[in-house]
Amino acid sequence: MSDRQLDVREAVDTVVERLGPVVERIFARDISMILVAMLGIYVLFTIFGFLLIPSDALVGGLANTLQRVTFLTAVYAMLVLALNLHWGYTGLFNIGVAGFMAVGVYTVAVLTNPTTASPPGLGVPMAFAATLPIDPGVAHFLGLLFSVLVGMLAAAVVGAIAAVPALRLRADYLAIVTVALSEIIRLSLLSTTLQEFTLPVAGVELGTGAGRGINLPTNPVRAIYYNDPTNTAAGLTPVGEAIFPAVDAVGINSTVVVGWTYTLFLILVVAGFYWLLVRIGNSPFGRILKAIREDEEVAQSLGKDTRVVKVKVFMVGCALMGLAGILWEGSKGFTDPTSTTFLPLQTFYVFIALIIGGAGSNTGSVLGGALFASLLFEGPTFVARIFSEYLELDTAPRTFAEAFGELFALDPTPMLAYGLENISALRFVLLGLLLIVLMQYRPEGLLGHRTEEAAAVDLRDRSPAAAADGGGGDE
Amino acid sequence: MGTADILASGRDLTVERPAAVLVGVLAALLALDFVAKIAGFELTVGSTHLLGGSLPIERLLTLVWDGLVMGLAIGLAGIGLSMTYSILSFANFSHGDLVTSGAFAGWAVTFLIAGLVSGQGDVGYLLSVGSGQGPTSADLAINVVSTPLAIVLGLVVAIAATIVLSLLIDRLVYEPMRGEGAISLLIASIGVALVLRYLIVFVFTGTNRGLTSGGGRLRVLGEEGRLVFEAVVNQPGQPREVLFSLGLPVVRFGDYTAELMNVTSNELTLVVIAVSLMAGLHVLLQRTKLGKSMRAMADNEDLARVTGIPTERVIRATWLIGGGLTGASGYLIALERGTLSFNLGWVLLLLIFAAVILGGIGSVYGAMAGGVVIGLANTVSLVWIPSSFTTAAAFAIMILMLLFKPEGLFGGVTTA
Repeated sequence: MSDRQLDVREAVDTVVERLGPVVERIFARDISMILVAMLGIYVLFTIFGFLLIPSDALVGGLANTLQRVTFLTAVYAMLVLALNLHWGYTGLFNIGVAGFMAVGVYTVAVLTNPTTASPPGLGVPMAFAATLPIDPGVAHFLGLLFSVLVGMLAAAVVGAIAAVPALRLRADYLAIVTVALSEIIRLSLLSTTLQEFTLPVAGVELGTGAGRGINLPTNPVRAIYYNDPTNTAAGLTPVGEAIFPAVDAVGINSTVVVGWTYTLFLILVVAGFYWLLVRIGNSPFGRILKAIREDEEVAQSLGKDTRVVKVKVFMVGCALMGLAGILWEGSKGFTDPTSTTFLPLQTFYVFIALIIGGAGSNTGSVLGGALFASLLFEGPTFVARIFSEYLELDTAPRTFAEAFGELFALDPTPMLAYGLENISALRFVLLGLLLIVLMQYRPEGLLGHRTEEAAAVDLRDRSPAAAADGGGGDE
Repeated sequence: MGTADILASGRDLTVERPAAVLVGVLAALLALDFVAKIAGFELTVGSTHLLGGSLPIERLLTLVWDGLVMGLAIGLAGIGLSMTYSILSFANFSHGDLVTSGAFAGWAVTFLIAGLVSGQGDVGYLLSVGSGQGPTSADLAINVVSTPLAIVLGLVVAIAATIVLSLLIDRLVYEPMRGEGAISLLIASIGVALVLRYLIVFVFTGTNRGLTSGGGRLRVLGEEGRLVFEAVVNQPGQPREVLFSLGLPVVRFGDYTAELMNVTSNELTLVVIAVSLMAGLHVLLQRTKLGKSMRAMADNEDLARVTGIPTERVIRATWLIGGGLTGASGYLIALERGTLSFNLGWVLLLLIFAAVILGGIGSVYGAMAGGVVIGLANTVSLVWIPSSFTTAAAFAIMILMLLFKPEGLFGGVTTA
């Protein structure tokens, strides 16, 4: 090795030595790692906003963009955490996430739609409001909560139906069974046979709306601002009166305020998911899960009924996926089976996010969700828009062939313009490449550490001597 | 075995595997209903329909033929998947997109030749399988009867291109990961699937395009009780031409008048080529050392290597054969359907998996038989359920198979 290389190395070492403790202190706590990542994402998208949004609409546009990014981060974080319970903790390769989401969402839709609607539902919140001897608004909300709980339960039950037999199978068979199940669910929801039907015995009319879609309950967050959540003309609540004019003065739309309120609520839910997963992970139950992941036979030989444990954890994860789906689609007030939320692709998104973050790590899951939603999902579109805004390219050719033909004339700009125009396709190519590269070079992701202490207490403060003989055990 | 033994074993089965018995009873009921439907027998209690109904023979024949065509296509596509599954031991989720890649590569050439021969469309339009402005599929009039050369060359290119693509992907993606777990490779293959599918969208756009138009067809008719075979050629813009019409005067079925079967020349091409490719593969794997090496590797890779089998070469041969058949299946499926879009293979992938699992992973016959079963399930299930559930029915069969007989119909690893 030459002297110069050594110099560079020394310099790098000094920098690392000086910065190391600072970085370590910041990243020692998981929460600050997530906060720093979110801050970075916000700074990036603020720069995007400055480059793209005309200055007179800047504040409103930025508020909108950041809300969307945060919202997507939150829903992906929930889904990734739920999947982390299956794949990261227990090693169950479930690629039917989209199907379990759909079960939750459609159960809520069927339960909450009024009996008179098209497609008809069961009208649970209305029944609550009519029968409970309390304020109708509160009763309606309770009915909604009840429906969400039933939705989670339904997702868990479908999960159990899949899990009880399928968990006996090899991991790759479980993958095929779950993805086939999610397709069966999606195709059934698309079927016109179930668009509107009468339950054979009970005689109750129900429907999934098939390809036309189905309404979901109005976002209850709206009740904070509007007297009547379904009708903006009915006037504002005192909170709405206070906030809307103030934000309107800086150019932020009222819908963005409602969106942010809902997003903040989702962040709380993510925190709840995180807490639940940490609790599960540190419980005796969680230790069985990790034992199953590492070596199921060992867990069995220690007298653990791994089958029951696997079914249980599968149900919990599916319920969480159902809840994540409900909260995601619930923000729109409408859903249909063609929405990308329920495509098998959605499952792969969640997987990519989990693998980026690192399977097995809860902080990694949230981080993976955030990085996926911002950099990979939303980012490419913004970058493409910035390029087309500032490069002043000619109109993009309509086909690849035309753009390719121009390459022979040594003019790469039509190809560039075509690429920017079709960034949505290239984004998927990027996702696929990333997945391959991650699996080849860093299958453990950013924070995935498969060697974990079985103890519930932090063992990182061990004496150096103890660490020397005990640590470093890789899988 | 005496009656008592049978009863005893039946009782044991009911106690030990109630779900299996339930599925068996359900299958028996469906079979009974099927027979009753063909016989035209219907059993109703009050106003509730219990069993049977009517299933005209011509409808059944059409369903069976459609199922057979689809099944052979799926089986052909499944062989490649089955081979890589058994030899590299991972479920290749990019297999469906290899099917699509083969179809696009082949049809680009077919379009080019058909367009150049008839002097329509520019090269860019033709090579991108009709993206943008140019002659329609009716203008190009591609079908087996009018443009056989374009079809054959397209098929050859589809096979060659998919082989090159599979070998390239193996070199870049899977070779550095040899020895990793099945799930790591599976996840990487999902990445490959995304790359392939959306590169196709990028180059060929995401539209669903028409490919073929016109062609010949063989018909079997009942004409007042007489069985008639008829060959018709129907080219776009030209009058219908009856090549021959052959009546069988011997047997008469009352005054039966209906179209019993209607086989297009494109369907027939698929069936003939698929069956010959499968037969060729059978000979190859049975008679050559390669087939034996593959079986050895599928059984135990380490043991095969110490025995002196050049495992890397066998893996390459696997991709070569599997990729070629996959490309051919993609091309032929597109030919039979007459349309092509970027998610052709992805939509088929689960059905292909179903066929492979049904037949037993690693078994080439299994893939063929599984393909036919899945194809038939996909069409014949129309007798009982609406068309929106047929794919779900095929998946359900696969799931049941995995649960009750995960080693498949042809059991175990055989690769022949």
